[in-house]
Amino acid sequence: MPVEIEIEHVARLARLELTDEEAGKLREQLGAILEHAARVGEVAAEDVPPTSYAIPRSNVFRPDELTPSLPTEEVLANAPEAEADRFKVPRIVEVE
Amino acid sequence: MTELCDLTASELGAKLRAGESSSPEIVASCTARIDALDDSVRAFLTRTDDLAREQSAAADELLGGPNAADAAPAAGIPIALKDVLSTRGVRSTCGSKILETYVPPYDCTPWQRLSADGGVLLGKTNCDEFAMGSSNENSAFGPVHNPWNLEMVPGGSSGGSAAAVAAGMAIWALGTDTGGSVRQPASLSGVVGFKPTYGLISRYGLIAFASSLDTVGTFTRSVRDAAALLSTIAGKDPMDATSLDTPRRDYAEGLEEGVAGLRVGVISEAFGEGVEPGVRDSVRAGVDALERLGASVGEVSLPHTNYALSAYYLIAPSEASSNLARYDGVRYGLRVDGSDSVEMMTKTRGAGFGAEVKRRIMLGTYALSAGYYEAYYGQAQKVRTLIIRDYEAAFATYDVLVSPTSPTTAFPIGAKVDDPLAMYLNDVFTIPANLSGMPAISIPSGLDERGLPVGLQLTAPVLEESRLLRTAHALEQAIGFDARPALVAELAA
Repeated sequence: MPVEIEIEHVARLARLELTDEEAGKLREQLGAILEHAARVGEVAAEDVPPTSYAIPRSNVFRPDELTPSLPTEEVLANAPEAEADRFKVPRIVEVE
Repeated sequence: MTELCDLTASELGAKLRAGESSSPEIVASCTARIDALDDSVRAFLTRTDDLAREQSAAADELLGGPNAADAAPAAGIPIALKDVLSTRGVRSTCGSKILETYVPPYDCTPWQRLSADGGVLLGKTNCDEFAMGSSNENSAFGPVHNPWNLEMVPGGSSGGSAAAVAAGMAIWALGTDTGGSVRQPASLSGVVGFKPTYGLISRYGLIAFASSLDTVGTFTRSVRDAAALLSTIAGKDPMDATSLDTPRRDYAEGLEEGVAGLRVGVISEAFGEGVEPGVRDSVRAGVDALERLGASVGEVSLPHTNYALSAYYLIAPSEASSNLARYDGVRYGLRVDGSDSVEMMTKTRGAGFGAEVKRRIMLGTYALSAGYYEAYYGQAQKVRTLIIRDYEAAFATYDVLVSPTSPTTAFPIGAKVDDPLAMYLNDVFTIPANLSGMPAISIPSGLDERGLPVGLQLTAPVLEESRLLRTAHALEQAIGFDARPALVAELAA
């Protein structure tokens, strides 16, 4: 059976604006895809350990050496808005 | 007549060293081919003709100078890079509107290594948006057309790189392979597509899709070239914590040693329902050729094959939904204004991402959300363990495994766009190598009854690149695939 999804809730979590048409299509398509994907529940027994990386590595260190950072001008050239060597965003805190 | 742009890198390398041709001449041959064909193929999103001229002149000096004997195989050879690979000063869009104007302030490690060796950049190739797709129809800048038949898809997501190499618009190219995005388009476009072991090539500067699966891979017109290109770009990089501690070495060594005594396992599940007869016959003929070369052949079952696709379409979108959170309209790319930062971010992402990217972000966000994590993502990770165990068991008996690369040859543009599940099925044979980290290569095994290329996939255990390439080279020589797209043959006529 296709999976029922609360599309608006998931879109809010993903910070994704969807048109009504997109939301309707996604409800149908994701339901079908998840029905297929849910088959992963059929085979994996309790005692099977999960794999997050096929070739696991842990604690990869490199020497803590000072190296030049990326050129500020080139980095900020990509920003939609920049001011005084900083990225500019809409106000996020109220000032009294 | 064969043009310079139709030769392999190793053939051109010999010509360059013998003084029979120059790097600028090779570049001119490629750019002339792009001029002639790319209005219909649409493989390139950005051309770097001026840069290519400069770099080829520099390479020529190196090759004509006193240190010519030390020049690397990549010296003077023009390459095309998939547009998810960052190139300093050259626009890198990921095939997305959200990065349409993004100009990276640094180079990805593979291109750093290539340019240090005298490599020459022709341009950036079209691809499915953020490498999500199997047909190249998800590019925000329009589809790529298959040079073998312009009404067909070239495969994806690295469709532009595959088409460019197939049509002689580049000598070789780089792509990325998360679920088959190098091997599948190589198969559909009649070229060699190689995905090495996860972590062998640094991903620094590769714009991320699914980090536990993303692998840089190569498009070439011979297995020898694939070995040379891998030798140029592989090896430990302190800038990528997942890169393996492997020394840099020459992967072309031992290429001629043949397959006598090699144990070849034919994956039984890969010849069943949904596989086109033309594909099955061509790959079976390849298996027979391996047997004639002295390999011993047996059938092997990988019982969890059918669950790999389900696991992949939970794991990859989950990782993607997290990786793509960075497109928030703050540091780079598109911004759509909103009354506050959340509205700005929400509107920016709504306007900047295409349908498939939205689908995968939604899928991944759902699979990771409270209450569903264990049933979907958690279970998928367990299936990943089962897939790896299947392969480990198979490799206890066999040295190399064989399957078709893709169940079908190239399909018409538009045929599967409205059916995501049907589209995802293209990747059913390529996904296991990503889930298990193993190296795999697709080589052309022939043409089907419609004249479209078929790809044969070989898989080897982790870090057994030499064994994989040696097998692929022997088989390539035995098959002797020398067909060319009619489009290219007509130019010569």
